[in-house]
Amino acid sequence: MYSFYPRVIPVLLLKQEGLYKGKNFKEHRYLGDPINALKIFNEKEVDELVFFDIEASKSKTGPNLDMLNEIAGECFMPLAFGGGINSIELIREILSLGVEKVILNSAAVHNKGLVSEAVRYFGSSTITCAIDYKTDFLGRKRVYTHSGTKKTNLEPLAWSKELQTMGVGELIINSIDAEGTKKGYDFTYFKVFQQNLNIPLVISGGSQGKVDFDRCLKQGINGMAGGACFVFQGKHDAVLITYEK
Amino acid sequence: MITIIDCGLGNLSSIKNMFSYLGIASIVSSDKKEIQKASKLVLPGVGSFDTGMKNLKELDLISLIQEKVLMEKTPILGICLGAQLLLDRSDEGIEKGLALIGGNVISFSETLKKEKFNLPIPNMGWRDVEFKDEEDLKFKSIPSKFYFVHSFYFELEDKNYLWNTSNYGFKFCSGFKKDNVFGVQFHPEKSHQYGMQILKYFANYV
Repeated sequence: MYSFYPRVIPVLLLKQEGLYKGKNFKEHRYLGDPINALKIFNEKEVDELVFFDIEASKSKTGPNLDMLNEIAGECFMPLAFGGGINSIELIREILSLGVEKVILNSAAVHNKGLVSEAVRYFGSSTITCAIDYKTDFLGRKRVYTHSGTKKTNLEPLAWSKELQTMGVGELIINSIDAEGTKKGYDFTYFKVFQQNLNIPLVISGGSQGKVDFDRCLKQGINGMAGGACFVFQGKHDAVLITYEK
Repeated sequence: MITIIDCGLGNLSSIKNMFSYLGIASIVSSDKKEIQKASKLVLPGVGSFDTGMKNLKELDLISLIQEKVLMEKTPILGICLGAQLLLDRSDEGIEKGLALIGGNVISFSETLKKEKFNLPIPNMGWRDVEFKDEEDLKFKSIPSKFYFVHSFYFELEDKNYLWNTSNYGFKFCSGFKKDNVFGVQFHPEKSHQYGMQILKYFANYV
C-alpha cells in the first residue's frame, strides 16, 4: 500500500550552544558544536534526527530558538525537537523554523489540555510525546519529567495509553536507567507498549548500536533511537560521531 | 542566479544550504527586482494554499512570476505547497493558484475515504518515488526515496506532464514537469542525496 521504512534516529542533546551526552540523564559530557555534528550526520544520510534542549524545561528559560533555527537550516533530513515546549504559540514558532515534529514531555504531564490542543491545531503526525521512565526503589516503573529530575505518580503504560487517546502521533519510550549506558535497550518492558498501543513507537535508552537495531527489526520495532552509540566509541568512550545501522 | 522566492512560509535556508553544498549559487528573496533578474526560480513553502497565494499577492509577485515563467520561459521548481501553488486551484482554499500548469490540488482524506483506505493524514515519512526519466536523474539506487509531509496531492489535467509518482493507499502524482515548469510534493531539501539529485537536475536544466 505504501513504502514504510524502519527509522534509526540519533538523539542529540543541547545545552546552551553546545552538544552534550550523559549517562542516566546525568554526567553530561561536552561533545562539540551542534552544527558540526549535524554536518557529519548529513554526510551519513541519517533517517531522521532528534534534538532535545535539556535545560529548557528545567531552567524555564524556554528552548534556544536561534540555535534551533540554525540547526533546521543545516539539516538535510527530517528533524524533531523537544525541550521546554509548553504552548501552542511556541509549537507554531518551532514548526515555522522548518522543524518537522515537536516533542512534548514535561508540559504534557502538567497540562494535558496542551496535548489535545496541539494535535487539533497541527495534526497528529506533527506531535510526538516522549516518556522518560525509571524504576523506583520499590521496583515500580514511574514517569519522570524535567529531564529526569522530577518523579511523577504516573505509570508509564497507563500514561502512554492516555497520550494515544489524546491523538499523539508517535511516542518515544525512553529508559532513564539504560540511557547512555550502551548496555542494550529495555526490550522486555518495551514489548508491553508494543502489545498495548497502535501508534508508531520509538525505543530509546541504552542502544548498543547495530546489534540492537537488528534485534529491533526482528521484533517488529520500527523506530530506534540512539545517543551514546553514535557519539562515543571504543572502551574509553572517545568522542567520535558515527552512524552504523 | 537561482532565486528562492520567500513568501513567508517556513524556513528556506535548508534549500539554500543544499544548493551551496552542491556548489550552486542561490539567493533567498521576496524582492521584485531580484526575482525579475533571476535565471531560475524556486518556490518553496509549507502551510495552507490560501495563505501562500495571499502572501504572493501582498508581495505583488503573482503577475511577475507568471510573466517570467510563461513569457520568458524562466524555469521554476515548486516544492511542497510551492508546487501546489503552480496549479489552478486547491480543495484546501478558495484562492486561485498561479495556473502555470493545468490541474487541481485534491484532498487526500477525501480520496482515501472514497477508496475506503484507513491511513493517517498527513502522509508523512520516507516513501518510494518512481520517475519517468530515472536514467537522467542518476540516483544512487532505485527506487529513489523522498521525505513527504502533505495532506493534499496534485491532479493534473494532462497526464503527459506527470514526472514522478508515489503510493499512499493509491498511486498519486508526486511531481510534474511541463517544459520549464517543475513541481514536487516531497521535500528534496530533507531527502539527502536523492533530494540533491533533484536540485542538481533543476540547476542543470536548460
